[in-house]
Amino acid sequence: MSAVISPAPHVSGVKTAADALLQPMRYTSRAYRRMTLLLLMVIGWAMFCFIYQAMVGLGVTGLRRPVFWGFFITDFVFWIGISHAGTLISAILRLTNATWRYPVTRAAEAITVFALMIGGLFPMVHLGRPWFFYWLAPYPTERMIWPNFRSPLEWDFFAISTYLTASTLYLYLPMLPDLALARDRSRGWRHRLYRFLSMSWQGTQVQWRRLELAIQLMAAVVIGIAVSVHTIVSWDFAMSVVPSWHSTIFGPYFVAGAIFSGIAALIVIMAILRRVYHLEAYLQPKHFSNLGKLLLTMTLLWGYFVTAEMITTWYGNLPDEMGTFWSKVSGHYAWLFWTMVLCNFIIPFPLLAIRKLRTIGGTVIASCTILVGMWLERFIIVVPGAASQRLSFNRWYGYYPHWTEISISLATLCAMTLLYMLFTKVFPIISIWELGATKHSAPAAVEE
Amino acid sequence: MLNSDSSTNVRPRWAMIVDLNACTGCSACVVACRAENNIPITGPDEAAYNGTIQWMRIERNWKGRDRDFRVENRPVNCQQCDDAPCEPVCPVLATYTNAEGVSVQVYNRCVGTRYCGLNCPYQARFFNWFDYAWPSPLDVQLNPDVSIRTRGIMEKCSFCIQRINAAERQAEREKRPLQADEIQPACAQSCPAQALIFGDIHQPGGRFSQAWKDPGLETLLPEVGTRPKVRYARRVATPRSVLAAAPETPVAEVEA
Repeated sequence: MSAVISPAPHVSGVKTAADALLQPMRYTSRAYRRMTLLLLMVIGWAMFCFIYQAMVGLGVTGLRRPVFWGFFITDFVFWIGISHAGTLISAILRLTNATWRYPVTRAAEAITVFALMIGGLFPMVHLGRPWFFYWLAPYPTERMIWPNFRSPLEWDFFAISTYLTASTLYLYLPMLPDLALARDRSRGWRHRLYRFLSMSWQGTQVQWRRLELAIQLMAAVVIGIAVSVHTIVSWDFAMSVVPSWHSTIFGPYFVAGAIFSGIAALIVIMAILRRVYHLEAYLQPKHFSNLGKLLLTMTLLWGYFVTAEMITTWYGNLPDEMGTFWSKVSGHYAWLFWTMVLCNFIIPFPLLAIRKLRTIGGTVIASCTILVGMWLERFIIVVPGAASQRLSFNRWYGYYPHWTEISISLATLCAMTLLYMLFTKVFPIISIWELGATKHSAPAAVEE
Repeated sequence: MLNSDSSTNVRPRWAMIVDLNACTGCSACVVACRAENNIPITGPDEAAYNGTIQWMRIERNWKGRDRDFRVENRPVNCQQCDDAPCEPVCPVLATYTNAEGVSVQVYNRCVGTRYCGLNCPYQARFFNWFDYAWPSPLDVQLNPDVSIRTRGIMEKCSFCIQRINAAERQAEREKRPLQADEIQPACAQSCPAQALIFGDIHQPGGRFSQAWKDPGLETLLPEVGTRPKVRYARRVATPRSVLAAAPETPVAEVEA
């Protein structure tokens, strides 16, 4: 055990808070190891499924003409949506200077990075020939073949890679002072790692000023990127000629849905962190209540968007779009549609609107149903739209996911959990310096 | 150079007229297309689960009711759109309209995002869900001029581009213009009722290019704005040959 974060503070003036927050990095329980093993097994199984699918052909999925997109694209949109948890929420809270944000931001920013990593895999997972995924990248070849810059899928490539870069930077920058703290308190490989990552952070006035400026800048930039990314994801659908996909509302609708599911994911993860790492003192009921209020706003906004989308379709009564409409409202996909409404609005609304119910338990229940509901929402957009073709000859409501799709979808949850668990072991999951717990804390003048 | 009129240097623009009055729904075109283009037979299980591949299909539409009830057989292949929605959405440029107006699929370039299949309003594109086999002796009848597609890529009607290319090369070798009726895709060649008429819109004074201008011809799903190069002569009470000169008086329609 060469890598140790020393439990005894040898830097004078360190408060116990820093120790409590570094505790998850010091100690690994047996349950943690067992959980890691279990998650790795599920992820390994999903990898086998992916290789099997690539070797045998995508026919092992339930996809068939005209439902060319199904679970994988649903997962893609869902996880890119979850990624809006982080960055967007933390950036907005930072720019509006909401001081209650301190214990929340890093947990949120980490969600963004991991959700993007997972979501960004799906455009490759769902390819017919995934071994040629790099053809989507614009790289110089002697044959002078470029990707098609007119394709929304190509825009996705740039949007997601930009977002991943920006959100990684945005996660990393505010972590610098904490990495320096960990560097000062560790030995072995951890010390070398933190020394490298903390980039000679000494906590001088100049460094603080530059860091603060950089964070502010990144927060502003990242909001713009986050909004554009999910708009572009929505354009995968909106730019097509498929009835019910070709809709101007999709940009804002997807962004709102993304923030909605993102906040829900954040609340769930915060509750787990609080429980597992005994962070009750830092992640307090007021944080859940405040995030619950944000979630309430998004619930209402989501309800508004769905109503606006459905009622204009119904009133317009265009035959091509009504096929999709009725398949959602009373047809083949009605049970999924109404479950979605239940999960996204009917259950969470009272839980979040009534102050007495907006407790940790209440917000977590609401968040869980919202996560289910938002996954269903993505499915309800992708599959019924593809199934309801203009020529009645081609309509097909027979799509059901097969075992590779279900396994890979479930494994995304495991991958998220695993990445998050590993992250908490290497990096402080709650911003120590922002809570003012160390000598590395920013000078009061900068904090304001 | 390849055009029948050597004074103009216009490349041909291939198109098809489908005469719904003549079509009997016999499906000879479907079979001929399968044989010509090495289209795999995916089997009964796949057929029951929408997993068939058929570049040419007969859509059977029921029209009217009670005593006026009748069946319309409509052969549907790739409509070879001038504004093809399938083309811009492909991230790797695996499909494009070539210089002669044929929307082609580059099998080697396709990575299988299947976006084109979703964006085709006619559902004329087909995905290779598996590597399909031609059990002996079916493998003997494979057409050597057409590549066999692997799993994971899209395919569709190409107006039998191998025949177009072969005829053009032949004409070039013999240093002569391409003849008007030299090229027949497999479907048109095999149609006993001559309901599928293939030709060059750009051929000046040709029978096909004249017939193509008939305002009575309609396209499938015109509201999508795809401007297809397959046009349909709809069923009328007193049918006439599509290639005949336009009649003096308008013909009454059976049913709107």
